[in-house]
Amino acid sequence: MYIIGERINGMFRDVGAAIQAQDESVITDLAQRQVAEAANALDVNVGPVAEDAVAAMVWLVETIRKVTDVPLCLDSTKVDVIRAGLEACEGNAIINSTTGEAEKMAQLFPLAVEFNCEIIGLTIDENGVPAKAEGRMEVALKLVATAMESGLPTDKLYVDAVILPVSALQDNPPEVLKAISQIKMLADPPPKTVIGLSNVSQNAAFRELINRTYLVMALGVGLDAAIVDPLDTELMDAMIAAEMLLNHAVYSKDFLKAYRKS
Amino acid sequence: MSFEMPVETWPAAVSTVTLGATAEQGGTRTSTVTVGGEATLPFLNFEQETPNRPVIAMEVFDEQPSEWPAPLEAAYSDVWGDPAQWAQKCVEEYGADLICLRLASADPEATNASPDEVADHVRAVLEAVGVPLIIWGCGDYDKDNEIMPVCSQAAAGERCLLGSAVEDNYKTISACALADKHVIINEAPLDINIQKQVTILVTDMGVDPSDIILYQTTGALGYGVEYAFSIMERTRLAALGGDAMLGMPMLAVVGAEAWRSKEARLSDEAGAEFGWGPQEPRSILWEAATATIFLHGGCDILTMWHPEAVALVRRTIDELMA
Repeated sequence: MYIIGERINGMFRDVGAAIQAQDESVITDLAQRQVAEAANALDVNVGPVAEDAVAAMVWLVETIRKVTDVPLCLDSTKVDVIRAGLEACEGNAIINSTTGEAEKMAQLFPLAVEFNCEIIGLTIDENGVPAKAEGRMEVALKLVATAMESGLPTDKLYVDAVILPVSALQDNPPEVLKAISQIKMLADPPPKTVIGLSNVSQNAAFRELINRTYLVMALGVGLDAAIVDPLDTELMDAMIAAEMLLNHAVYSKDFLKAYRKS
Repeated sequence: MSFEMPVETWPAAVSTVTLGATAEQGGTRTSTVTVGGEATLPFLNFEQETPNRPVIAMEVFDEQPSEWPAPLEAAYSDVWGDPAQWAQKCVEEYGADLICLRLASADPEATNASPDEVADHVRAVLEAVGVPLIIWGCGDYDKDNEIMPVCSQAAAGERCLLGSAVEDNYKTISACALADKHVIINEAPLDINIQKQVTILVTDMGVDPSDIILYQTTGALGYGVEYAFSIMERTRLAALGGDAMLGMPMLAVVGAEAWRSKEARLSDEAGAEFGWGPQEPRSILWEAATATIFLHGGCDILTMWHPEAVALVRRTIDELMA
């Protein structure tokens, strides 16, 4: 599974303070630790505190690039912040994210084509997040069609079926699983699927247990990627065991270690 | 309507490993051998070129083998008392890409030669030929742990391939490879899970994944060859899928397995009972067919015995690489 490490986000207190103080060591340390724990890419979000979000994004990207070359998942609702990040990391990136809203897609798909990078598309449109899997599939189809029209290969699109907190909307998690299992059928080559995992457990008790259980369930229906905290060892162990049980990885006695070595 | 060949692409490739070191590289070899690097399944040249030709290592024993069948006796009886001459014959007359020296004399059940005596055999073969060497212990764990450090030291810097690390005995040989800059063979008993585990253990010792060759104990044609083939295929698929603990070139022991079979061993007279025809062409074909199957399974290094089987397989490799 493709792991996108979520820890470099200004919403976390340590990262927010590091951005304010321009303290590189906090960021490089988080980047290195996440990659060491098998993160394939790193999410980068300046969070709400930065006064100049563009400058903060450029500073974060340049700081991370001092220690790792993994793709950076540039996470912002503002197009100019994403563009600045893309320029700073010369395209080795994933745009996070567009929605299925026409206006957003018109801005962000051309950016993905220009920088030859991948893009996450949320199944949200002008009417918000659809309640059912069918509604999510409709928005996913719009995302796939727009990728094709823009000239972006469909396997460079990650569809995020938007998991909402189970504590508020308990009928939501199974609908997302249903959508994940169907999104692959929308195009050839198939789009990939991703979820922002931690959202499922917001305001819930036993957050880590809920996160790792849902991740394993989603892997079982074909999830390709997830934005998670790779420093959560039990979460990563559950994911690695699921990959092995799905026959995506060859078993060995030290299969947990083997995954981290690969 | 035109037909477009569907082309598969993979996220990873097999590692590339060079055996042997020339004077420039700190050894004394006059040639080196590079294997691996495949980015798709064997010989699908319309998808990816096979970057490095599979190679044939001819086996040399450091003492005269007992009870070898007539066709092998005919090929080697003039040299089999002297491993240096035997190796020379394999390289000069039969064109071996590398020599696989079996340290059979160390076996406690046989001659039980001392570490220094065995190391002398390694030195003699290194002097006699310029091709890279595979140095393979006698298979008795305790004895191998005594002889391999001395033999490894005798060949220090030559980038030999040392055999073999197994799940229950890998530390000494890993340390040898690290200290004397050799490559090692990871051996598993026809078991992909154990193969992966041996790689984890050996890399935990500090051996670089690019200094490892994988080996599954094999069976010859008629003796489980299809099971060995399917394990090789699965190993290669895992490698191409990105499993770094299985992403190495593979070796198959062909000669010893093929010549263990009844079909290769039975004499002209004994074979006539089954209508099998004369032993020499029969046994050579048995070895060559076994080798060819493993080529298609993705093997990069084949260790072989009979010179005519070697010639046949070399011709097959030429055709597959064309």
